[in-house]
Amino acid sequence: MSNLVIVEHDNKEVAIATLNAVTAAQQIGGDIDLLVAGENCSAVAEAAAKIAGVGKVRVADNAIYAHHLAENLATLIVGLADGYSHVLAAATTFGKNVMPRASALLDKAQISEIVEVKSADTFVRPIYAGNALATVQSSDSIKMITVRTIKFEAAAAEGGSATIEALDGGSDSGLSSWVSQAVSNNDQVDLTSAKIVISGGRGMQSGDNFHMLHSVAAKLGAAVGASRAAVDSGFVPNEFQVGQTGKVIAPDLYIAVGISGAIQHLAGMKESKVIVAINNDSEAPIFQVADYGLVADLFVAVPELDAAL
Amino acid sequence: MKILVCVKRVLDPQVKARVKADGSGVDLANAKMTMNPFDENALEEALRLREAGKGEEIIVVSVGGGKTEETLRHGLAMGADRAIQVVTDEALEPLAIAKVLKAIVDQEAPGLVIAGKQAIDDDSNQTAQMLSALLGWSQATFCSDIKIEGDKASIIREVDAGLETIEVKMPAVMSADLRLNEPRYVKLPDVMKAKRKPMDKIELDSLGLDTANRMTTLEVIEPEGRAAGVIVNSVAELVDKLRNEAQVI
Repeated sequence: MSNLVIVEHDNKEVAIATLNAVTAAQQIGGDIDLLVAGENCSAVAEAAAKIAGVGKVRVADNAIYAHHLAENLATLIVGLADGYSHVLAAATTFGKNVMPRASALLDKAQISEIVEVKSADTFVRPIYAGNALATVQSSDSIKMITVRTIKFEAAAAEGGSATIEALDGGSDSGLSSWVSQAVSNNDQVDLTSAKIVISGGRGMQSGDNFHMLHSVAAKLGAAVGASRAAVDSGFVPNEFQVGQTGKVIAPDLYIAVGISGAIQHLAGMKESKVIVAINNDSEAPIFQVADYGLVADLFVAVPELDAAL
Repeated sequence: MKILVCVKRVLDPQVKARVKADGSGVDLANAKMTMNPFDENALEEALRLREAGKGEEIIVVSVGGGKTEETLRHGLAMGADRAIQVVTDEALEPLAIAKVLKAIVDQEAPGLVIAGKQAIDDDSNQTAQMLSALLGWSQATFCSDIKIEGDKASIIREVDAGLETIEVKMPAVMSADLRLNEPRYVKLPDVMKAKRKPMDKIELDSLGLDTANRMTTLEVIEPEGRAAGVIVNSVAELVDKLRNEAQVI
């Protein structure tokens, strides 16, 4: 067997999610190569070569890959895929964007968001917002896979000594172009890798009130998240959303504040080690998954929590 | 410009899926079904594009068995002009669905295809990207804003880091995220009107496509539940538990 893992990066650093995907490849077994496609991304290639267990890092350094546009990147993956039994990427918006495109061009199915490797052709994946787990066996000659990061430990970022191979060529599809990226909060602790997350829901009532959560988060070294209701209401931007269609996270501690606990929200956080719910409605479904529930007015409880830390 | 909107009939998002005791799948017998919520966003966007003078005919298409017609009727009641049901009782994988949709695009020649970014039943998040690939068209996934000017569209996409703006050449396949719009409510007169709108039925076999599934589902189980928690009576007690019992702060 031989695995190709698509490296997610910003042309400077390897995204942590890629390390989780490498672990999934290790569990499948066989050789592991990485693909780094970007522009002026040699630092990424060098970092990728140090990831434990990697044999070869294949680098396509070309302006057409600078922003990972799906059309160009999928074509590159298709050109390389034939030599591999498995092609993997993390199930982030990066992986979800490009992998199905590459899969269709290869006439292969994609196995989305695997949470367990049973064997080289059999995987477990959540369906119905994680309320069911399906074990599926693939008959395709190349398994195209996205990996749910929280279910695979990150591979060691150091210790490997892979060879680096430059890939030539590549042409722009001319179908799309990148314009800009708006990142609203650079100071925020990364939500997907934070050990502690404190999230607010509709009960927060306004975006301004999120300052209470940021204050607690600062004391705990935590990231701030949100339910879909809070994002839809415009309290916080979309990158805060935890849930079935937002980020799926599993921190050591998740504190849900003013979140009722819809199925879609639970899908994004119910694998957290310890869950705390603070809500004034004792009937809220969030209490059914909480290890510690506090039935209280959040506008009293959160400042009190802040003061107690 | 003709707009094709791809929709799927799914378990109502408010209903918790129940796994069948024999491990063969999720029990949908007598369950409340609805149009996939993201697909409603996709259709709403098509309707708004038309209202803004950017679209003409709007076609809703779905692949599925008998009751799929109900979902398509809902799309017609929302405001689509006509519907196409590709009839099959097989549960097709996204790759096969994309092949079917490509055949419909080849017939109908729309200038834009919009689908929901993800179906909330199998959570695959693949079909729009695959269709875009098979057509060789531009791809704009997870859209929260779509502006079409001539043969180009400016798109804001919801990505993990925030919002990304890209420009794509038309024709394109786009996938709708939740913040794209708020789908309209259907009024009773629209439901009545929808009954008279055209509904084409195409047998899957008549398309002559390889739609064989590539995966076999061996088992579907319910995930392990969480152990019951406790209700604490004060913030002080909570902090004490987190420090000394759970040891997470």
